[in-house]
Amino acid sequence: MDFAAIFTNALTEIVSPITASYALAALGLAVHFGYAGLLNFGQAGFMAVGAYGFSISTLTFGAPLPVALLVALVASVLFALILGIPTLRLRADYLAIVTIAAAEIVRYIVTTNSLTNVTGSANGLATFERGFYALSPFPPGDYPVGPLNFNDRSLWVTLVAWGIVLLCAAIVWALMRSPWGRVLKGIREDENAVLSLGKNVFVYKMEALVIGGLFGSLAGILFTLPTGAVQPANYGSELTFFLWTALLLGGMATVFGSVLGAMIFWVVLSLTQGILLGLIEAGYITFLSSAQAGQLRYILVGVALMLLMIFRPQGILGNKKELAFS
Amino acid sequence: MSDPQRIPPGPATGQDPDTSPFNDTGPIAVGPAAPGCKKRDPIIIADGVRRSFGALKAVDVDHVEIPRHKITALIGPNGAGKTTFFNLLTGFDTPDSGSWTFDGKNLAGIRPHRVARLGMVRTFQLTKVMGKLTVIENMRLGGADQPGEALWRAMFPWLWREREAELTRTADSLLAMFKLAEKREDYAASLSGGQRKLLEMARALMAEPRLVMLDEPMAGVNPALTQSLLDHIKNLKATGTTVLFVEHDMHVVRHIADWVIVMAEGRVVAEGPPKEVMQDQAVIDAYLGAHHDVDLGAPEGVARLEDVLSEDAESVVGTEDAGELLAVHDEPDTQDPHGRQP
Amino acid sequence: MFRQANAAVIRWVGVVGLIALFAGLALASAVPALAMPSASASAAGQLQAPLQKQELTIRGTLRDGSVPIEGVRITASSTTGFSAEATTDKDGRWVIVVPAKGTYEVLLDVATLPADKPLSEGEANPRIVEFGTSSNMGVIFKVGENAAAATRSFGSILAERTVAGLSFGLLLALTAVGLSLVFGTTGLTNFAHGEMVTFGAVSTFALSAWGFPLWAALVVAVLLGGALGWLQDWGLWKPLRRRGSALVPMMIVSIGLALAMRYIILFFFGGTTEQLPSAQSPILVVLGVSISRNTLVSLVVSLVVIIAVALLLLKTRFGKATRAVADNPALAAASGIDVDRVIRMVWVVGSMLAALGGILWAYYRPGVAFNMGQQILLMIFAGVTLGGLGTVFGALIGSVLVGLMVEISTIWLEADLKYVGALAVMILVLLFKPQGLLGRRERVG
Repeated sequence: MDFAAIFTNALTEIVSPITASYALAALGLAVHFGYAGLLNFGQAGFMAVGAYGFSISTLTFGAPLPVALLVALVASVLFALILGIPTLRLRADYLAIVTIAAAEIVRYIVTTNSLTNVTGSANGLATFERGFYALSPFPPGDYPVGPLNFNDRSLWVTLVAWGIVLLCAAIVWALMRSPWGRVLKGIREDENAVLSLGKNVFVYKMEALVIGGLFGSLAGILFTLPTGAVQPANYGSELTFFLWTALLLGGMATVFGSVLGAMIFWVVLSLTQGILLGLIEAGYITFLSSAQAGQLRYILVGVALMLLMIFRPQGILGNKKELAFS
Repeated sequence: MSDPQRIPPGPATGQDPDTSPFNDTGPIAVGPAAPGCKKRDPIIIADGVRRSFGALKAVDVDHVEIPRHKITALIGPNGAGKTTFFNLLTGFDTPDSGSWTFDGKNLAGIRPHRVARLGMVRTFQLTKVMGKLTVIENMRLGGADQPGEALWRAMFPWLWREREAELTRTADSLLAMFKLAEKREDYAASLSGGQRKLLEMARALMAEPRLVMLDEPMAGVNPALTQSLLDHIKNLKATGTTVLFVEHDMHVVRHIADWVIVMAEGRVVAEGPPKEVMQDQAVIDAYLGAHHDVDLGAPEGVARLEDVLSEDAESVVGTEDAGELLAVHDEPDTQDPHGRQP
Repeated sequence: MFRQANAAVIRWVGVVGLIALFAGLALASAVPALAMPSASASAAGQLQAPLQKQELTIRGTLRDGSVPIEGVRITASSTTGFSAEATTDKDGRWVIVVPAKGTYEVLLDVATLPADKPLSEGEANPRIVEFGTSSNMGVIFKVGENAAAATRSFGSILAERTVAGLSFGLLLALTAVGLSLVFGTTGLTNFAHGEMVTFGAVSTFALSAWGFPLWAALVVAVLLGGALGWLQDWGLWKPLRRRGSALVPMMIVSIGLALAMRYIILFFFGGTTEQLPSAQSPILVVLGVSISRNTLVSLVVSLVVIIAVALLLLKTRFGKATRAVADNPALAAASGIDVDRVIRMVWVVGSMLAALGGILWAYYRPGVAFNMGQQILLMIFAGVTLGGLGTVFGALIGSVLVGLMVEISTIWLEADLKYVGALAVMILVLLFKPQGLLGRRERVG
């Protein structure tokens, strides 16, 4: 078994822009759930709105990069408003059901054959990323960093992705230390108490929903840039649940928990994949096919999510005293 | 802050009650005390406020006035609708009909946070402190006019630091008054039940309200703390704050209330100064006639429960907050008013 | 606390192990029957889409109207000299795995088509397929006389869709009862309910592949569903209730359980879609409406079971106790009702109904697949929310409405959008009448 390759792969996962995109989307969930107590089970929908808002405005309307970005962000704000207005006044589980339903609606709409010339239906869209790579300052070539190999494209997208993650983390960090963040944490614990102190709870929840949704939308764009392709099958409810797992791994009411959680999520997936496949190839494991090895890892994800929730709900970085639920 | 009616709570402990401008000893009511009687200087006037849950009329108040700068107690047996009435007045629940004013401003249809901003701040029967925030953060949360609570300014600390420091000073002086200064940095979850009541009351005062509505401020408070809590309530009056509170303990009511309003089965059945109200036949009837709940320990109780359920076609399966509903809108059956009768 | 936690872990490990064992035992003999390894691998590949390691396939389904055509040969070849062929299976499906993205020529061997089902006029053959970003390229050859469909009256289409919608709605209602009862008695929004649905269908498939006659497979699958419900409550939910877990963490635990169960089923069952025995059913004409026999049977079965459940809830001791627990657990406990036992029964009955619903769903779709429960879960939620969260009769009515909406909307909407309407209506209902159609105003947060 080639351990060096397995570990290099794992290392690649840590810095991969896909991991950054998971971290950013999970950070959005941290704002939603960790700080505001909003159960968003439709983060995949926000990601899809971002990715499709960006790619459709680029491909169908020929919008330049900043306009396409703006369209994606505005679309996700609208999405948040549509979801929030009916549900934020209701009990938490209504928001959960509505967000997961809305995310599925988005997925059905971008998959349907009746919109093929706009969304590409099940095949999705491609080649909308040129504007982004045109901004790259790196001349074409290879840029090895330690054991990792980058080319000009991957180096650029990796740097931008993590730059955005850091920026957003800094924003959340600042917000949660402000009086605004204090009100939000108050709402997470007891809405009525915060209402009785004269704060408009609905507005705060909506603001939190919009901010987390914007992060999700940005993450959705980042998710598509490495391959320059967007496919509807990637935005199912499972993506949302993986993000939740990453969030809960790191710690839901922490700024860097979502980053750490996303890294661990991908490293563990990569390591188990590498090791299982290595064992199968070497003939140590004969009762698994390589497809089953892949499935086994997702069984582990589900089990890990349950165990985390039962035994360490505050995650790795979380403080039990500040945990979002008792 | 320029509002002349807002008097900061300040260190009122040393104040002589007789020199306080708010210790008006004249009669509270215009004419004889009777249910729904007019007050010389009312802060709240409620008319025809009604709220029913299914067939149960929880609140059915024709007319009631709450006197300004006084301590008014709202008493009544379990299920009398006191907490529901509180919820209605503060916008936490919507009545089926009715109107009420606070300082002449119509409050019907006003949402709870607006009510609070108008200067009418309440506490809850089941104490609501943020257990996962520290005591001082709980206090700061109660402060009004913090620009940093707006999203766009929150990002820029220099826009809100000054107000934060002011709020912290007010909070610290209140914490000192309420003997919570030592707990300043502790998570509120670590406080005892009585301390939580104190913290909730102190937090309500952060916004310098004109009317404080306390829902059972003494429930669960250690007897050793009761006296100081009573003193705090009396001090509130001395600083010009009007107090309306729900209480079961007649001893407490007699001790601090200037005026008592008695509710039973959703209606106001008696009003008057504490000593006179306690003699009122309507009050005694209200307490003794309070409906007895199904005795669930006995086999007949089970049978009756089943009967009630089989008649209730809608309740085939209720929801998890059917229980919550009881907690929010009705009195829980945790206290026996008969045991508390003097 | 710690000891309880330990006990929970032990039970919990037990549950996962037992679920795996269940699935393993039931499916061990079925696995060889799951042909088409390529399809299985590529379906799994799609799930791992984030990893971007996918098998490349060209695929399609050959049908005349709704009747699949078996045994037709299709060849794909490229200029690089690659060539592979596939033959349509009994469902008319075919899959060709290709080594790399590129341009392929796909040829249908017309000689292998049945004589009465020629390639439709104007259908290009061979086709040129060019891979873009997708790893699955679909190629549909139209066969037979496709002109017949267009000439029916709106009335008969509506009647047909209504009957189909009723059938779908009633099977939704069956599955919704369990979700609604569990929510009503414990407050849990159970995201793993969809996997209970899948479990029913998969067990039936496994048992009949194992040689059980269909009726026995159905009965045993429903019983197994009940056993799994019992096991879940015993091993997971009851210990969590004992710990006093809040509802939101429990909801997230149910998501973890749903993921684990879904992939355990995928692990043993594979990513293919399989048909239960007699999935092909003749079309009957009842009162002028043409309806497939299976749809009709499904409709009758769900109706009978739902009436039985309603009687159970209204008339029996268990039903009364359930309603008492749902209305107020503390009060029910105080009146001598064994709340834990009632909840255990609710899990068992609810899971049995979910398993039965899953079997009917497998006939309705048609086909058994590892993610079939996930597909129906949101429709169940829509039905339950529409009727009023936590009221069983609301859930029944809501589900039937959702079923009708889904089917009738296909008259105007593309079939791949049929679920969108129901979900959108659910969101609108929450906007204007959040307590649902039958819920009470006070019961919403």
